[in-house]
Amino acid sequence: MTGAALAFDSVACLRGGRLLFEGLNFGLGPGDAALVIGPNGVGKSSLLRLAAGLLAPAAGTIRREGRLSLADENSALDRHVTLARAIGFWVGLDGGEVCDVARGLAAMDLLHLSEVPVRMLSTGQRKRATLARVIAGNAPLWLLDEPANGLDTASLERLEAAMVAHRQSGGIVLAASHQPLGLIGAQTLALTAA
Amino acid sequence: MNAFLLLVRRDLALGYRAGGALLPIAFFLLVATLFPFAIGPDAKLLARTGGGVLWVAALLAALLPVDRLIAPDRDAGVLDQIATRGISDEIVALARIVAHWLSFGPPLMIAAIPAAALLRLEGATLARLEAGLAIGTPGLAALGLMVSALTAGLRGAGALAGLLMLPLAVPVLIFGAGSLTDESGSGLKLLAAASLLLVAIAPFAAAAAIRAGRE
Repeated sequence: MTGAALAFDSVACLRGGRLLFEGLNFGLGPGDAALVIGPNGVGKSSLLRLAAGLLAPAAGTIRREGRLSLADENSALDRHVTLARAIGFWVGLDGGEVCDVARGLAAMDLLHLSEVPVRMLSTGQRKRATLARVIAGNAPLWLLDEPANGLDTASLERLEAAMVAHRQSGGIVLAASHQPLGLIGAQTLALTAA
Repeated sequence: MNAFLLLVRRDLALGYRAGGALLPIAFFLLVATLFPFAIGPDAKLLARTGGGVLWVAALLAALLPVDRLIAPDRDAGVLDQIATRGISDEIVALARIVAHWLSFGPPLMIAAIPAAALLRLEGATLARLEAGLAIGTPGLAALGLMVSALTAGLRGAGALAGLLMLPLAVPVLIFGAGSLTDESGSGLKLLAAASLLLVAIAPFAAAAAIRAGRE
């Protein structure tokens, strides 16, 4: 996972003719993390979508090295297939192996549900499955949008442990959350209403 | 290329699960069964008009799943996830065209055999119908996907899709039905041209629509 990087250089974000933020600068290298905070509607999710390349910045440049994995409010897991197969599809696209699926499921304590269809999962379990998909993806750059939403205490601890392990192996975490998420030594990007 | 095959396989599995091959076949055969009731049992009239009716039925069968080719995956974040993996929207659109065609093109060609018997079509007409369907249905699949991408996320997308798609399918219909009585084969060539044009522009048009929907 060496050489992963994410850098924003005076980035501005315009959504629906409304300026959400401008002049945003930050840089993340291997092992770094940043926590995006701010009130609702200030552009936290848009910042993550910019970082993922799903939105184009209105001004400024975004530099990204290495593969990325995005966890937003959509689990993007096919509802009618089993959890293992749904995550396996994405792992296959990422060029991973079956053991990666098991590793992701184990990290979020979902191994016992791996043969259950995704539509039978509860909201919290689906959130954990979304995070398991990110962990199984083996991408150096994690973009997590409100990863703690709907998680119980034990799952939150598992998420924190996964993020620590990910950073120790040279990965990057960019998370938008109202909770600290145990990201020790993380930059804080506070967005304020423009 | 491996990613392309994975996408096609997933889309095809989804298509078959949602009624895939059976629904177009049932629809197609239903039209072929109903038409003689409406026209009457005049074998000559049926044989003369039957091929054209089957072309209209094929066009409508291609339209059946248009509302679920793009919109559900767009809403579930699947298209975003694919995009973050560096796979272009054009590849996604092309994979969906292939999967959509596989889920109704070959099944329709099989269903055309009993349908031709119901409508008293001659062997030569059936052969030309099969050739025309083989050439024309990829164009219909491409058109269906393009319209599906354009209408994804709109209210009443299903009805709007029909209004958008049917006029654009007129060239395929004219040349497809026209080739049934045409001995020279030029009808099939024009059908191939119309179909090829649709297949060539659809991935780019659909990808542009998917990108525009992301803003």
